[in-house]
Amino acid sequence: MERIVGIDLGTTNSLIAFMEGDKPAVIPGADGLNLVPSVVALSSQEAAKDQTIVGNAARKYLIETPDRAIYSVKRLMGRGVEDVQDELKFFPFRLASDLTPGEVLRIQLGAKTFTPPEISAFILRQLKQNAERHFGAPVSKAVITVPAYFNDAQRQATKDAGRIAGLEVLRLVNEPTAAALAYGLDKKKNGIVAVYDLGGGTFDISILKLHDGIFEVIATNGDTHLGGDDIDNLLITIALDDIAGDMKLDLRRNAEAVQAIRKAAIDAKIVLSSQPSVKLDIPLPEGRRYQREITRQQFETLIEPVIQRTIDPCKQALKDTGLEPEQIDEVVLVGGSTRIPRVQQLVETLFHRNPHTELNPDEVVALGAAVQASILSGGSEATNNMLLLDVTPLSLGIEALGGVVAKIIHRNSTIPASATEHFTTGVDGQVNVAIHVLQGERELAKDCRSLARFDLRGIPPMPAGLPRIEVRLLIDANGILQVSAREQRSGQGAQVSVQPSYGLTDEQVETMILESFDYAEQDLDQRQVIEARNEADTILAATEKGRTFPAWEELTQAEKQQIAAQEQALRAVKDGTDYHAIRNAIDALNHGTMRLAELMMSTAVGTALKGKNLETANVGEGPTSSHPISKAEFE
Amino acid sequence: MPENVAQSALPIASNRETGVCWSCGSMRAAHYCQSCGKVQPASPVDYFSFFELPRKLNLDVTALERDFYALSRKLHPDLYAQSNEAEQRQWSLEKSSQLNDAYRTLKDPIARTEYLLRLQGVNLDEQSTQATEAARTSGKTKKQVVPPDMLEEVFELNMQIEELRMNQKMGEQDPDLIEQLGDHKKSMQEKLKAVDQELRAGWTAWDAVVDSGSETTEAAKPAIQQLIDVLNRRSYIRNLVRHVNEALES
Repeated sequence: MERIVGIDLGTTNSLIAFMEGDKPAVIPGADGLNLVPSVVALSSQEAAKDQTIVGNAARKYLIETPDRAIYSVKRLMGRGVEDVQDELKFFPFRLASDLTPGEVLRIQLGAKTFTPPEISAFILRQLKQNAERHFGAPVSKAVITVPAYFNDAQRQATKDAGRIAGLEVLRLVNEPTAAALAYGLDKKKNGIVAVYDLGGGTFDISILKLHDGIFEVIATNGDTHLGGDDIDNLLITIALDDIAGDMKLDLRRNAEAVQAIRKAAIDAKIVLSSQPSVKLDIPLPEGRRYQREITRQQFETLIEPVIQRTIDPCKQALKDTGLEPEQIDEVVLVGGSTRIPRVQQLVETLFHRNPHTELNPDEVVALGAAVQASILSGGSEATNNMLLLDVTPLSLGIEALGGVVAKIIHRNSTIPASATEHFTTGVDGQVNVAIHVLQGERELAKDCRSLARFDLRGIPPMPAGLPRIEVRLLIDANGILQVSAREQRSGQGAQVSVQPSYGLTDEQVETMILESFDYAEQDLDQRQVIEARNEADTILAATEKGRTFPAWEELTQAEKQQIAAQEQALRAVKDGTDYHAIRNAIDALNHGTMRLAELMMSTAVGTALKGKNLETANVGEGPTSSHPISKAEFE
Repeated sequence: MPENVAQSALPIASNRETGVCWSCGSMRAAHYCQSCGKVQPASPVDYFSFFELPRKLNLDVTALERDFYALSRKLHPDLYAQSNEAEQRQWSLEKSSQLNDAYRTLKDPIARTEYLLRLQGVNLDEQSTQATEAARTSGKTKKQVVPPDMLEEVFELNMQIEELRMNQKMGEQDPDLIEQLGDHKKSMQEKLKAVDQELRAGWTAWDAVVDSGSETTEAAKPAIQQLIDVLNRRSYIRNLVRHVNEALES
């Protein structure tokens, strides 16, 4: 059966994992690293103009060409232009200039614009490639994690990103729940577990009941815009203020300098988790330097307001379960920001427990996603008794008269969950009814998140109040809403067309999938050119070396001339971008040197027979086979 | 056949609906087929029937949880994520949402009671909505019927809350008043406990009606009215407690 991978699409870093036997394992990238920074850049090199670069390789672009790179795009998923004004104060997101309210955001990268799902798709495609390289086989099915407190639009945007990247998203799993799965795999215990997940950009708290392999989430809460990014921003603000005050240098608009400061701030934050103080030393424009020491105590005072914001969600989640802190059996820490000692201290105070930190907080969510992927593929020895019962984090309601929200599915309801509501008409002969679905805990529609507005059309004309339209709302196991409706009196199915408030339409996603094939093709072309060039270099070097062997002298003059001509032909095309031309020239030279290779082999064998082994005969680096440069099977 | 599997923890899978499994043709299929395990199409049943329970209000919540877990292991969409059959995926989604909705409602004493009353044709939402609408159009505050035995206490309580608000406006503090309100709060919480006892009595009265098979007769009416009264009283007292809390916290 085809493999299903687990993906943690994070604000700061992304990972892909798979169940190897009975243990989940993270699949490293070509650079050998498990974490793929969630950074996307467009190359500015002439040879690879506008090629997308993802991960570690893209990081330098943040500083060199900040207008062609983006990080933390997860903060923009499923949001409208009016939602992100706060983000724009702290993040160098460049929105397209022609955005209209209600439209899905588009971000300017170089001369192009992309929606957040498209940018996330670049990251997903990189992860997919890493896995395909690892398995030597295509990967097309995935479980992707999302913050538990993500709303419908943010979830839908994540699913769209998967589709654009060529992945069938079999399930969206909440990040803290995934972490619990990764921990629960070894423990097989029953009890109440709290998962405190403070990542790069989001905070979640989930409380689960573990019962013989069933992971039942009983309450969840959080803040989708709270995380390590906010801590970085505090440090950056201090540095910028210092520099403006003491050095009379206003760098706020200098994107390159801000990115350099950001990088230094992140490094300093990490050091402060293990050291009592850190020295900042940042080179600035005009050969100046910013230097400052920060003690851990200063740091803790600075970040206190940020980490205090995690307390209320924790208390609310506990209240929703009706449990006292003492009744929590285990606490698990997830997310890079939980490495900060002050955060660990806070969790201890909240839950009166020493939190678990055995698993790497950066990797545990991806490992859990791999566990869920294994469950979905029918279960392995390790997972076949496991089942995840998650909840919807936010109440679902319908706008009623006077702009109040009638809640019909309450938060912390186990999903899938459904509700049926009845509507009627207010005017004689009315054939349409407009319905507004919202998500959130507030009483008024204007304070909740608008999910969708839809029209029930095709209602048979009847006197006002007579039609009885049944609308069924269903939240699926991904936490995504589905709507169906029918008119009961006439038995006619009313048509429902749901217009997502901040989502892409199916047509838009289809278009993006088609466009992404262009990218995939472009990526493939680039890769083939690079591979062909490498191969050309190898065969040219090998032929050069061949000239130093006695076998060379056994070739006829015509053969030698032909080889020289083929070499020249290959050199002429190898720096171009025509992959077929390079490939043909390689084949020609390969063919031309075949007899040389044979002669070298027989000489080598002859030498070996005379008592020397092949190794000392020094043929290892030369063309040693009949197809000296034959390419290893690409996986 | 059903007798052979009756010892399983699942009363649900026994012979309630007659029929055959849509997939393998075996006899007897309820939520899922006992022969081939496939999920059966969702049918519109009430939550008690879903769990094969009589419409009684005294309910073993531990057994309910056990059945909920066991059924989740058969019906959850995760088990059909890779199924080639679109019906399986759709039905497991519908069935497990039905399961979750039923479990959520039945495990909670109040939700369970309200649900039963709704099944018996009492529209609690409408009562409340109509009252709210009427209050809005007439411009009066929503009138709630004060339980007669509480008239005096509620009157006194409202006076004290009013006084506290005045004090707060003037920036004054009256420790005696706060203490008195605290006492009222305690007394209300005591009453809430008493109401829970009354609720249980109401359940028992209703369950007796079910046992005698007279749910749809005149004989059921007093039991239904008793439940409505207890629920109204309970929500009235809860609102009072909330008011006192708000006043004390502000």
